Amino acid sequence: MSIEARHIIKKFGAFPALNDVSLKLETGELVALLGPSGSGKTTLLRIIGGLEYADGGQIFFDGEDATKISIRNRQAGFVFQHYALFRHMTVFKNVAFGLNVRPRASRPAKAVIEKRVRELLKLVQLDGVESRYPSQLSGGQRQRVALARALAIEPRVLLLDEPFGALDAKVRKELRRWIRKLHDALHITTVFVTHDQEEALEISDRVVVMNHGRIEQIGTPQEVYDRPASAFVCQFVGNVNAIAENVASEEKRSEARSVAFVRPHDIEIMSRRNGAPSLDAVVEFVHTAGAVAKIDLRLRQSGELLEVEMPRSRQTELTLKPGDRAFVKFREVRTFPPA
Amino acid sequence: MDVISRVNRSGPTSLSEATEPVWIRGVLIVLALGFLLLFIFLPLAAIFTEALRRGVGAYFASFKDPDALSAIKLTLLTAAIAVPLNLVFGVAAAWTIAKFDFFGKSLLTTLIDLPFAVSPVISGLIYVLLFGAQGWLGPWLAAHGIRILFAVPGIVLATMFVTFPFVAREMIPLMQSQGSDEEFAAISLGASGWQTFLRVTFPNVKWGLLYGVILCNARAMGEFGAVSVVSGHIRGETNTIPLHVEILYNEYNFVAAFAVASLLALLALVTLGLKSFVESRMGDERITA
Repeated sequence: MSIEARHIIKKFGAFPALNDVSLKLETGELVALLGPSGSGKTTLLRIIGGLEYADGGQIFFDGEDATKISIRNRQAGFVFQHYALFRHMTVFKNVAFGLNVRPRASRPAKAVIEKRVRELLKLVQLDGVESRYPSQLSGGQRQRVALARALAIEPRVLLLDEPFGALDAKVRKELRRWIRKLHDALHITTVFVTHDQEEALEISDRVVVMNHGRIEQIGTPQEVYDRPASAFVCQFVGNVNAIAENVASEEKRSEARSVAFVRPHDIEIMSRRNGAPSLDAVVEFVHTAGAVAKIDLRLRQSGELLEVEMPRSRQTELTLKPGDRAFVKFREVRTFPPA
Repeated sequence: MDVISRVNRSGPTSLSEATEPVWIRGVLIVLALGFLLLFIFLPLAAIFTEALRRGVGAYFASFKDPDALSAIKLTLLTAAIAVPLNLVFGVAAAWTIAKFDFFGKSLLTTLIDLPFAVSPVISGLIYVLLFGAQGWLGPWLAAHGIRILFAVPGIVLATMFVTFPFVAREMIPLMQSQGSDEEFAAISLGASGWQTFLRVTFPNVKWGLLYGVILCNARAMGEFGAVSVVSGHIRGETNTIPLHVEILYNEYNFVAAFAVASLLALLALVTLGLKSFVESRMGDERITA
């Protein structure tokens, strides 16, 4: 099902949570709403799901106005950050809930419900825990139960609010890959909220970057990372060095106060000045524990700190140590017109 | 101990060395036990010794008196009406306050606490001012032959007013601590408001609710001040157990007074027992899933 939000406005008291937000999500897409806390991403998700009503604007499901449809009838599967499992019910009852509360006329027979619940638990790889209570499960298992519970009502859209937020790093990584696979198998339009850019870039088809109640950019992970539409996106998505533009461009313009952005992997370090224009710097730290070598440099001219990432093989060649002199060249510098 | 050992690492290391000297501990324990003995245990013992002073026969004879029987019946009737109604109102108020945001919420919370803040005698007087012969609604009620003051309805109303906060006060913090995510989840799965309440909210708070009901019931049966003002003290008609005890005592009928009072003391003991049992079960409800 496609989802469209048109000119959504939402205020909490005087605080504008969403400021004229419009976006369109295609059927079967997996979309991340990415932004810092207070950017309005969760509010937008809750408005799409009907948990919150907008002060202005409309929501369309498959082109039909869904703005006034209550949360109960939206058929949106919602997964909460802290799972919100029914704590006094077994896993089986949790998953069966959406089917059991249907009016008698449309409620499936007991055997049908049972079969469906077992299928769903198998889908989320949790068969065998039917009779356990949520408190007896790990965080990752609880989140999968919550997902099975949401899928039980055959939702037209799946909405996940920081679904991996309460999990530890390893489980989080496993679960997000698994969600991507599940999405590829089920093809339900899925929206998830996250403040973790790595998460958003890794599994989503498209990323919606939000800040201060506005959408900064909508695009594929590649587009958002390689062609950020604003200084905010550039800084929020991926690591970046922010330096004064006159330093980056090596032109002495006294009035230039604007900022230039350079990704750590777009900086080249040389141990000798090879004739090409380069900046003079001093090595401050060298971190080699990891997939790439990370070097912290201080520019001699401006005193600004630069984070550089390069293959470890390159560091083996350069053998940089703190205190060494180095010359840097920027492969790609981004500047943005002042907002 | 932890703090002390961190502050003074070379100093005392065992627990006994880090606490007060023996004589201070002894004095504190004796003081605490003495207080309990003097203010809790002795009065309780006094009730039962006084009640049984003339033997078991005289004790049970006190309950055969028609006035005593009528007082017991009226107390049970009052509690049987006031407690269920407060259960419904309390749960409705708590559910509204804990799970929804609306204009005037803090005012409503304050209003619920009002009966705790007002002296019970004043609570009773409110009803005299409202329903009394010179009160706002008195003449109209008299004209239609409805008796509220100095009758059972007045006693029930006064009791309800005084005991109103018990259920709501117990429920609100519990429901708030559980948040509304489970309710949102239930509704998004297609549950109606009723289904959400009965299948999700209620099972999560049932022990807390029972706790509130037990306290509410104890107060409803034991309330003196507010009921005293509205009852009119008509023997065999509008006397509850506490009022009956007072009358018997004022007539120097000590054995009967203490015998009837022992009923309330027993109620208190049963309440305490139930309360500690329910409290142990309630611990589970505060654990979030």
